[in-house]
Amino acid sequence: MLEAYPQNRLARILLWSFAALVMAFLMLPTLVVVPLSFSASNLLEFPPHAYSLRWYENFFGSATWMAALRTSLILGTLTALIAVPFALLACISMNRLGGKTAAAIQSVLLTPSITPGILLAIGLFFVLAAQHLIGTLLGVLVGHVVLAVPVACIVLLPALARFDWNQVQAARSLGANWARAIGGIIVPQLRISLLSATLMAFLTSLDESVISIFIASGRNSTMPKLMFLSLRDQIDPTIAAISTLWTVIVVAVVLIVTLRQKS
Amino acid sequence: MKSLAITIESVHKAYGSYVALDDVSLDIQAGEFLTLLGPSGSGKTTLLMALAGFVRPDSGKLFLGDRDITRLPPNKRDIGIVFQNYALFPHMNVLANVAYPLVLRKVPRAEARQRALDTLARVKLDGLAERNIAALSGGQRQRVALARAIVFEPRVMLMDEPLSALDKNLRETMQYEIRRLHDHLRITTIYVTHDQREALIMSDRIAVMNSGRIQQIDTPQRIYDRPSTRFVAEFMGEANIVAPGSARRIDGAEASHETLMIRAESFHLDAKLVGGDGVALEGILRTKAFRGENWLLTLALDGGQEVLVCIPAALAGGCAELAAGQRMTAYAPAAKVHAIPGATA
Repeated sequence: MLEAYPQNRLARILLWSFAALVMAFLMLPTLVVVPLSFSASNLLEFPPHAYSLRWYENFFGSATWMAALRTSLILGTLTALIAVPFALLACISMNRLGGKTAAAIQSVLLTPSITPGILLAIGLFFVLAAQHLIGTLLGVLVGHVVLAVPVACIVLLPALARFDWNQVQAARSLGANWARAIGGIIVPQLRISLLSATLMAFLTSLDESVISIFIASGRNSTMPKLMFLSLRDQIDPTIAAISTLWTVIVVAVVLIVTLRQKS
Repeated sequence: MKSLAITIESVHKAYGSYVALDDVSLDIQAGEFLTLLGPSGSGKTTLLMALAGFVRPDSGKLFLGDRDITRLPPNKRDIGIVFQNYALFPHMNVLANVAYPLVLRKVPRAEARQRALDTLARVKLDGLAERNIAALSGGQRQRVALARAIVFEPRVMLMDEPLSALDKNLRETMQYEIRRLHDHLRITTIYVTHDQREALIMSDRIAVMNSGRIQQIDTPQRIYDRPSTRFVAEFMGEANIVAPGSARRIDGAEASHETLMIRAESFHLDAKLVGGDGVALEGILRTKAFRGENWLLTLALDGGQEVLVCIPAALAGGCAELAAGQRMTAYAPAAKVHAIPGATA
């Protein structure tokens, strides 16, 4: 026992160090923009020579950025509100159909998540152009819903597979129509998965840049689109400030949801 | 609410090439307790689910009273169902589970609560109203499921193997309790089970099913004593199917030319206990076993067929002295010898 202990401890230290290294590798690219955002310089420099909040002021004072922030939050909310109920109904029908039919529907529904983003954006551009939806918020929303549905399905399908369908039949026999059986029996029991799916759908929209670049007009640019364009046109630390804020918002949302699930 | 009769008219249901219900017709009286009995895959649960509205028949009709319910959605049928796994709602407590059908029917809150509490008392669950479902034992869950299915006074009750998850003692207690509840409420009840003892104990009539067809429908006693097919005879208990010619009449009259069914417990070893119109089976004793309340003997008939003979210990004078390999005769009274038309041994 005693001889084995240091060896064992060494192995544990090595394991923890390796894990910490991997975590650091994952985190560093995100964290490196944080000091940049507090720089007083006009350029992106690391490490900064002096610190200030001027780039945050710049962001909050800019009508363009504020409009983009508003657009992104509205889009994210609408995307989640549309994609999650749609995904839930689709998953219920796949769960009930079972077999090859369900597998076929599933592969169609999941296609947008495996298609390269550029291809999807080009395709959407032509479809939306035919409907005169290019440059509209509705057009971008359609694109984001298409992307968010598979994400929500991936969360909801396994949750439904564990759900005891007899409960729905029991509710139906006791007098519940479909809407009440879904709303009163399935939804309350899948609330954690539905919350995760909503969050994932919201973040999918919040994070999406390619479709936004193709479809959105200047007037209803999303945050990622504006960030991309401003990086191309004028590099100043505003973008670092935005990235930092963006990261804080996303981490906060994920943390709140995760902690609520735990309790 | 009045309980109603059920009419099932030539119902057919196939899944691909598998025929689950093959032209099933059945009349159930108002207030009757009818059991669908059969092995798994016999179609009994499919028939129950068709009545509940979860399986749509390919053809045929279902009537509740004189109303055609074949295409009526499940929530409009007013049928109480007890599922095999109970299907209680884990996110609601006991009271909310039982009050659920009343809430759906827009019964005022206070009244719904009172009716749910009364029903819980009827199934002997007083005091558990505020419990979580997860905190209940199997037997208590069973009672909640029962309460939830009767609280809205349905016109028909369907029960799908409701006792199969309980241990033996609890199962027997619940058999009597469910039957007593039925005698009190007089709701037309269709009960599905694969346990023939359960069916015999609980039912007014039993419909024995196999391969999607109803083999026989009759009172428990007639199903047991007068099975119409070999399948029913063997499914209901230890049945000996005796080929024509193996049995002779005790009084020497000409024996039946039909295949006979004689239950193991119908035999006697003493010809005097059986009338002259009874039958005698002669053969060699193969094995004998003492089972406490009775002796079980295996008799090899001269044709080679083996027959099970069960002699109650109280009447088994001489059983202990019998030795394997010796020649012996078993006698059965005419009333217990049943010819199965068309069957072969």
